[in-house]
Amino acid sequence: MELFFTMLVPCVMLAVAVTALIRRVDVWGAVTDGARTGLKVSLSIMPPLIGLLTAVYMLRASGALDLLRDLLSPALTAVGIPPETVPLLLVRPVSGSAALGVGAELIQTYGPDSLIGRTAAVMLGSTETTFYTIAVYFGAAKIARTRYAIPAALCADAAGFLAASWAVRLIFGG
Amino acid sequence: MAMSVIWTVMVGAAVLCGLATGNGPAVAKGALDGAAAGVELCLSTMGVMCLWTGVMEVMRRCGIADALSRLLRPVLRRLYPGYAHDQRVMDAVSANLSANLLGLGNAATPLGLEAARRMAEGSGGTASDGLCMLVVCNTASLQLIPTTVAGVRAAAGSANPFDILPAVWLASVISVAVGIAAAKLLSRVWR
Repeated sequence: MELFFTMLVPCVMLAVAVTALIRRVDVWGAVTDGARTGLKVSLSIMPPLIGLLTAVYMLRASGALDLLRDLLSPALTAVGIPPETVPLLLVRPVSGSAALGVGAELIQTYGPDSLIGRTAAVMLGSTETTFYTIAVYFGAAKIARTRYAIPAALCADAAGFLAASWAVRLIFGG
Repeated sequence: MAMSVIWTVMVGAAVLCGLATGNGPAVAKGALDGAAAGVELCLSTMGVMCLWTGVMEVMRRCGIADALSRLLRPVLRRLYPGYAHDQRVMDAVSANLSANLLGLGNAATPLGLEAARRMAEGSGGTASDGLCMLVVCNTASLQLIPTTVAGVRAAAGSANPFDILPAVWLASVISVAVGIAAAKLLSRVWR
């Protein structure tokens, strides 16, 4: 089973390349064009990442994050969410690059293969930047009365955070 | 504007809390370390991101995204009963979901917006049930292979960056299911 997940990405690469070759698609051109797009995206998130990681490192050094963790710890522990992930829970629905910065800091501080590091990674991978998405969609569709869209989307986020914590514990133990 | 306030509050809290707890010098050092960490994080995940956007471009050009979109259509007719016979909406919605699953974020948004605009036609500024469902589904993460997160884990020295996949899938499915259930329930009472 572990081999399956290890080999998933290389196998997807191979399967996609072979399919494309059979369909006479220029594989190499597509890979390089796509990578060029990725480079642009990557560079475009560097400035916000620098700004946000600066703020996150300052907060961590000041002891403010520990304070926040201690404050919310009883409630979060009761539902099974590691309290160390508090900063990630707070920024996830608001900003994608902030969440990536905060999550990466958690993963580096506690270790990528620790319970907290894994939970942060799963939270990042299973939720989205809710408020940004809502603003873009309703803005484009010129909708003023959004009815129940925001509460329903926040329910999905809360469920994602809880499920991420439970799933990591279930699969990796601890 | 929201980000300006958030950033200022973060920096302000760090400075005040640092001074109050005597961690002032550590905060100053944190600012320098954090700025460097931003560049390092970006550079260390850049390779994975570019590799995957490359593979995604091949998927798009050889029609894998279109094939997946056709497979998804029957399920989506049931999720959007109000638009089951609107060909344009169903085309855009299924292509949007297919792009989300494959991680083609740049392609997914314009498709989703096209569906949203069409759903909003003649609605007078009130979101229909279908549009609320579309937004809820797009605020949940459906990406099958979260490569950026795996890149961050790899950069931090993970033994197997992709071992979180089953947990990510489980959490995503639960999150989306709760979102859809909440939308369906609320649609009955919230007019």
